[in-house]
Amino acid sequence: MTREITLSKAVNEGIAEEMRRDPAVFLMGEDVAEAGTPFKVLSGLVEEFGTERVIDTPISEPGFVGMAVGAAMTGSRPIVDLMFGDFIFLVMDQLCNQAAKTHYMSGGKLTVPMVLRTNLGATRRSAAQHSQSLHALVAHIPGLKVALPSSAYEAKGLLKTAIRDDNPVVIFEDKLMYQDKAQVPEEEYLIPFGEANVVRPGRDITLVATSSMVQVCTKAADALAKEGIEAEVIDPRTIVPLDEATILDSVRKTSRVIVVDEGHQSFGVTAEIAARIAEKAFYYLDAPVARMGAMDVPVPFSPALEDLTVPTPEGVAARARQLCRGEVADAA
Amino acid sequence: MGQAKANTEDYLRMYTQMVRIRAFEDNANQLYLSAKMPGLTHMYSGQEAVAVGICEALEDDDRITSTHRGHGHCVAKGAEFKQMFCELLGKAEGYCRGKGGSMHIADQDHGNLGANAIVGGSMGIATGAALTAKLQGTGRVAVCFFGDGATAQGLWYEVMNMAALWKLPVIYACENNGYSEYTKTEEIAAGSITARAEAFGIESFEVDGQDVLAVNDLTQKLVARCRKGEGPFFMNLKTYRYHGHHVGDINRDYYRAKDEEAEWKTLRDPIVNFGKWLEEQRIVTADELVGINDTVRKEAEEAVAYAEKAAYPDASEVDMHVYAGVPHALSA
Repeated sequence: MTREITLSKAVNEGIAEEMRRDPAVFLMGEDVAEAGTPFKVLSGLVEEFGTERVIDTPISEPGFVGMAVGAAMTGSRPIVDLMFGDFIFLVMDQLCNQAAKTHYMSGGKLTVPMVLRTNLGATRRSAAQHSQSLHALVAHIPGLKVALPSSAYEAKGLLKTAIRDDNPVVIFEDKLMYQDKAQVPEEEYLIPFGEANVVRPGRDITLVATSSMVQVCTKAADALAKEGIEAEVIDPRTIVPLDEATILDSVRKTSRVIVVDEGHQSFGVTAEIAARIAEKAFYYLDAPVARMGAMDVPVPFSPALEDLTVPTPEGVAARARQLCRGEVADAA
Repeated sequence: MGQAKANTEDYLRMYTQMVRIRAFEDNANQLYLSAKMPGLTHMYSGQEAVAVGICEALEDDDRITSTHRGHGHCVAKGAEFKQMFCELLGKAEGYCRGKGGSMHIADQDHGNLGANAIVGGSMGIATGAALTAKLQGTGRVAVCFFGDGATAQGLWYEVMNMAALWKLPVIYACENNGYSEYTKTEEIAAGSITARAEAFGIESFEVDGQDVLAVNDLTQKLVARCRKGEGPFFMNLKTYRYHGHHVGDINRDYYRAKDEEAEWKTLRDPIVNFGKWLEEQRIVTADELVGINDTVRKEAEEAVAYAEKAAYPDASEVDMHVYAGVPHALSA
């Protein structure tokens, strides 16, 4: 049985279920208790689990992320709420030098089973320090796993898997999708890491899309279908680990691909996936591997400017048409 | 000398542990000088009474976090020479299978959560270990070792705030050797370091870090109070680093006078002075102390010889321990 719930509700349910299942799981972050975060994702949890397990912290991101690392090393399974993805720069030492490397540096003796929940996504008119999509930064660091849910269904299933994982996992939720609804099973389910979802099958072109870009690419695919172009939309769901096989299988079938991700285009997720396709499926390609990321500028405040910086369904569809028609000269 | 553990067995173990640290460091220094050790290392010599006085007040399952100058903590918390020298030489039998080296040596079996190459980097981890102890009611205490140089890191103030707010069983032990790497700490630290902890309402103590009994006496009291929920505490332990910042820091007249070094070594050596006290109290004879030193030196030399002959890790280990539960990260 399924029912339609918001992404916000799905996250809330996932945390509550895991906290009921495992007393070692606790939640900490800024305004997570009574306030339930600015996005109200965590409302009600403190009533059920109390302030011992739903802990409001001071505005000290490195401090509470560092404490989560130590708590995780000693038998707890903390879920840390980082209010905005942009604040990940504040916690880089604790996340990338400490959490990510502890298992390796200790020769496998110490583990850090923690989850860092945060968000990504522009077009909320929040300007340059509250709008970034910084998942590529942490995906670059071996030892961290990175999940990018694209709907309420993924958000719950991936989060529950993350909480049970013995490694540090960073989950980026799209902050514009918290009120978006999807069908979510009543009964318990988990989504394994490293298994991409074929969101929509197609034969003419592959659209590899993460997080917020799954909706964008699905809309683009709808538009293309009306013109007789069948696009296959692949959602990797986790970028570390990455389900390379599903992506390559799709590209070998369609022979054309656009990789779409909301991180900055340069040196990011689109570059990595495009490179792997070029290395491993080159002889199957009928067109250059294309990629579309956020424009390489800080996110501007003005709506007139901000909307120019992220991939849109129209932009993806236009690029897909070019590739399908062999118009590769205009590769910008 | 102050008062502490009060039977002959305890006294001799404390003396022996200090001698073991000195012997370990003398051998580590020789390994560096004879170009047998990869990389650099930071000598603990001179500070032995701090590590031993504190760790002798802890149980095996109490946790410590250590620093880049961490061999002393590792020995004092119960580690064995063979696995330590193997780690320093990057051998497979090292505590971390050669993956951590001197600056990341950890000994989970004795509660050592690891040395840390980021100055102040383990302050969150220690505080998080104390959070686990409180949430799970384990009765464990965490000791966070750090140097005076680390008091310049903002992380300390964030975690002290939370530790004080939540009454966590953590002891912040500042090994104040007077130098922040190559700079006198008085040149870079404003006001009083102890007053900084007191500003958070943390009960703070100044203790002679060259007097193992004084350190042990104070730590025993603070550990007992931590277990009753009266933590956190801060200890400012005045001590001295005999070597340079690291083994390669040999010509250091520009920041530290030879006369100053000689004065500490001749008048305030923690091992010599404790030995004299043991003799004065007729607990041991001079010959017995020589016997302890000889035995420990022999053990250290044998461990070095063992480690020099020990095998390096197999090349197949390079991608092991990146992720818990994934035998080989690159062939997963």
